[in-house]
Amino acid sequence: MSKPVEEIRIGVYVCHCGTNIAGMVDVKNVADFASRLPGVTVSREYKYMCSDPGQELIRQDIKEHRLNRIVVASCSPLLHEETFRAATAKGGLNPFFFHLVNIREHDSWVHENRQDATAKANALVHAAVERVRSHKALTKKQVPVNPAVLVVGGGIAGIHAALTLANAGKKVYLVEREPTIGGHMAKFDKTFPTLDCAACILTPKMSSVKSHKNITLWSYSEVSRIEGYVGNFEVTVRRQPRYVREDLCVGCMECIDACVFKEAKFPNEFDEGLGKRKPIYVPFPQATPKVAVIDPDRCLNVKTGKCKKSCVASCDRGAIDFTQKPEDRQIKVGAVVVATGFKAFDAKRSPQYGYGVYPNVYTSLEVERLVNASGPTSGEVVLRDGRHPKTVGIIHCVGSREEHTNRWCSRVCCMYSLKLAHLVKEHSGAEVFNFYIDMRTPGKSFEEFYQKLLKEGVHFVRGKVAEVNDWVLDPSEQGKLVIRVEDTLLGTVRRIPVDMVVLGVGLEPHADAQEVRRLFNISCGTEGFFLERHPKLAPVNTFTDGIFLAGCCQGPKDIPDTVAQAGAAAAEALALIDSGHVELEPNTAYIVEEECSGCKSCVPLCPYKAISYVEDKKKAVINEALCKGCGTCVGACPSSSIKQNLFEDEQVFSEIRGVLADV
Amino acid sequence: MSEKPKVGFYWCASCGGCEESVVDLAEGILDVVKAVDIVFWPVAMDFKRKDVEAMPDGAILATLLNGAVRSGEQEEMVRLLRRKSKLLIAYGSCAHTGGIPGLANQFSREEILKFVYQESPSTANEKNTRPQTRFAEEGRETHLPELHQVVRSLDQVVEVDYYLPGCPPTPNLLKNALGVLLSGKLPPKGAVLAPETALCNECPRKDSKPQDVAFKEFKRPHLARIETDKCILAQGFMCMGPATRAGCGAQCVQGNMPCTGCFGATSRVRDQGAKMLSSVCSNIDPKEEPEIDKVLEGIPDPVGTFYRYGLARSLLRRKVSTV
Repeated sequence: MSKPVEEIRIGVYVCHCGTNIAGMVDVKNVADFASRLPGVTVSREYKYMCSDPGQELIRQDIKEHRLNRIVVASCSPLLHEETFRAATAKGGLNPFFFHLVNIREHDSWVHENRQDATAKANALVHAAVERVRSHKALTKKQVPVNPAVLVVGGGIAGIHAALTLANAGKKVYLVEREPTIGGHMAKFDKTFPTLDCAACILTPKMSSVKSHKNITLWSYSEVSRIEGYVGNFEVTVRRQPRYVREDLCVGCMECIDACVFKEAKFPNEFDEGLGKRKPIYVPFPQATPKVAVIDPDRCLNVKTGKCKKSCVASCDRGAIDFTQKPEDRQIKVGAVVVATGFKAFDAKRSPQYGYGVYPNVYTSLEVERLVNASGPTSGEVVLRDGRHPKTVGIIHCVGSREEHTNRWCSRVCCMYSLKLAHLVKEHSGAEVFNFYIDMRTPGKSFEEFYQKLLKEGVHFVRGKVAEVNDWVLDPSEQGKLVIRVEDTLLGTVRRIPVDMVVLGVGLEPHADAQEVRRLFNISCGTEGFFLERHPKLAPVNTFTDGIFLAGCCQGPKDIPDTVAQAGAAAAEALALIDSGHVELEPNTAYIVEEECSGCKSCVPLCPYKAISYVEDKKKAVINEALCKGCGTCVGACPSSSIKQNLFEDEQVFSEIRGVLADV
Repeated sequence: MSEKPKVGFYWCASCGGCEESVVDLAEGILDVVKAVDIVFWPVAMDFKRKDVEAMPDGAILATLLNGAVRSGEQEEMVRLLRRKSKLLIAYGSCAHTGGIPGLANQFSREEILKFVYQESPSTANEKNTRPQTRFAEEGRETHLPELHQVVRSLDQVVEVDYYLPGCPPTPNLLKNALGVLLSGKLPPKGAVLAPETALCNECPRKDSKPQDVAFKEFKRPHLARIETDKCILAQGFMCMGPATRAGCGAQCVQGNMPCTGCFGATSRVRDQGAKMLSSVCSNIDPKEEPEIDKVLEGIPDPVGTFYRYGLARSLLRRKVSTV
């Protein structure tokens, strides 16, 4: 412990913040109090310390009074720590000889007694005056940024972010779990409220991804490991074997025709199980990459090794390769855009609506496929029993705004239910009922779309549907599904018999969102969607620098919002990359090597994986670039061999002494 | 008068093990005697207090003093020896950090006296006699030193120049310390004459400690078998090694017993018990409170476990009597 030889000369500045602080704290009293503390050379109060003249005061006092420590008592460090550090630096001092005391959020705003609030301000200032003595000169480290970006998830969010970044000349790795990119949007027929064809606007973007020289597309792949820190992530991507070589397959689909299964008999996931596929398949005609994939759970050869492998024989390019194994690819990137999307609510969790019990109860996604021209019925609305529905009921808010399932509004269901009402009516001529709790149409041209539907003769029943069943109480209900609902506008309970029920299922986080969260070291909100750093001012940032969010993994949103957010995430990633380097806060922890006993107590604790154990030295070491300064390891090091800049024991203890000095 | 430097030994509130450890130098003690004059060593040689009082101040080069301070007599002797010695060395855990006697600070003096003289199962004291500081009979008066309210480490009473940690300090530590003192190349005042790393550094089982101990339960050495080739802490026995200064050569671990922390913490640590507690609790596997509590049930006496030798000089120091 080296004692500073220089005389400590502290300047204390107490900010009024207009009346924000001065209204509850006697700032003059605080400044007077501080002026009597040992080491304090100058003590002032000022109306707005953050203003130019306020900052100038600091700069001048440093020169005139040879100050070497600065304490400002004002607002939260989140707001003005940087401001006053800069002012301190302008005066020629190392900015880390400055310390901020929060007497606004922590004091004036939360107290009602002026005398007590003033006493608290005095105590906090006393603590800072004690602590700032043992501050040390620190420098921010600069670390270069790797200009490549990883985009995780190949839905419209990931596609848009990847293309934006690639068009800006950045190397992009796009990793998609499914055999093809496109996500949910690729399954839609039309998009609300403009009713333009989803495929027509999406597939060109998908092929751009495939052909873009700056994009490496890895479908059927997952990120299995990510290490490193902002600007310098090291990522492992696990590529699942599709048993078809991407470099050779041209997507001619002859292998599919040749498969020993003559009939397509397995449910095609892309068609929500309404269509069928073979063990070797291409999910849909515009799949990207257009490379066949073999389902290992269905393929006879993969399962049993006993198959004549007619697919292999049929491929004149020799693309089918049953020797493929999972393959790990290592990449280095500077930023990550997480765009892993959402999962549709499992309608079986709301059993009162009969999904899975009555074949003619459909989810909205299934109906998207039914009305889709390239869907399993080529756009014909046919029921599972082959009939054409004459009446259709669309139930809103299934798995949304519900105590027992998900409490949130999924934002898109009202609009897509209106869209499906329009499409079903258009494709089948059926009479369509919409059952809604509240009609939520807050987007651009949304309300107009609703008005259009009202004019088209779609029926709207305001009320939460109680139940769907096939119990016949009246001959008119024979062979029908009966929707029981309280019509809150009529004030009566109704029974509406229909041929087909469509459940407007909500959006929820993926089942493995928690694992993904842990993998990328980001946070989730209470509902399980990934948490943005600030809901208003940092909506695509996460609490881990260099990791950005786009699309529905952050919360339910429609396509325009998703694309806007993906663009924003790409812009944030670009801003990071093009700055060329990242500045790291010096409040990091470090291990004093000769003092470390190598007990490993700290190693598993680091939430940022910054600590590793070096076998040949038998000591732990902290990667300061990864360290966020949370202090977990510092507290846990049983021999105090880990120190943290700005939070050294001496600083913390002197702060405690100061705050308790006048008690 | 001899030209050799003078050395003294003294014993306050301690068990006597520290004195034993001097004798444990075995034939090495002859080298000591060759180099120095022992001018005060009540446990082994017949010196009286008045002999010390008769010495000029600072006449003794170094006094190695063991034991905590918890009585009036001990405090007097400590102050006397401080005056007479150029260097006062806190020898062993009790002088260094309060040691086992320091655990008495969990109780008030009244609680202690009441238990020892009245309530303990082995006490037969029908008249409820308590020690008195004065007793007069047949015209003669005797005095007994007063028991203090609180047990203190040596440096809580007088200035201490150096510390030799351990319960007791190991002979090699003493030999090195005497070497340093006689060489004249003195370390900075206040130094602990033992390494600055924690015990794991010299533990023969260091390599067997996994990177993630993730405690699922704690066991006590008398209730379960300790495997001889694996990190004892990782086996769930509370080994204080990570929070304890090295220098003993991990003797307890070599005897297949966990470290109990007698060397105290490294100089950087303000509170050994708090540090170990913080470290252990950070590494508990369960994350939910009821399960965490269950794991912690395996440590029935946290003060006796984490502050076995250091309570007197810790941040906790003592229990404030609320009665």
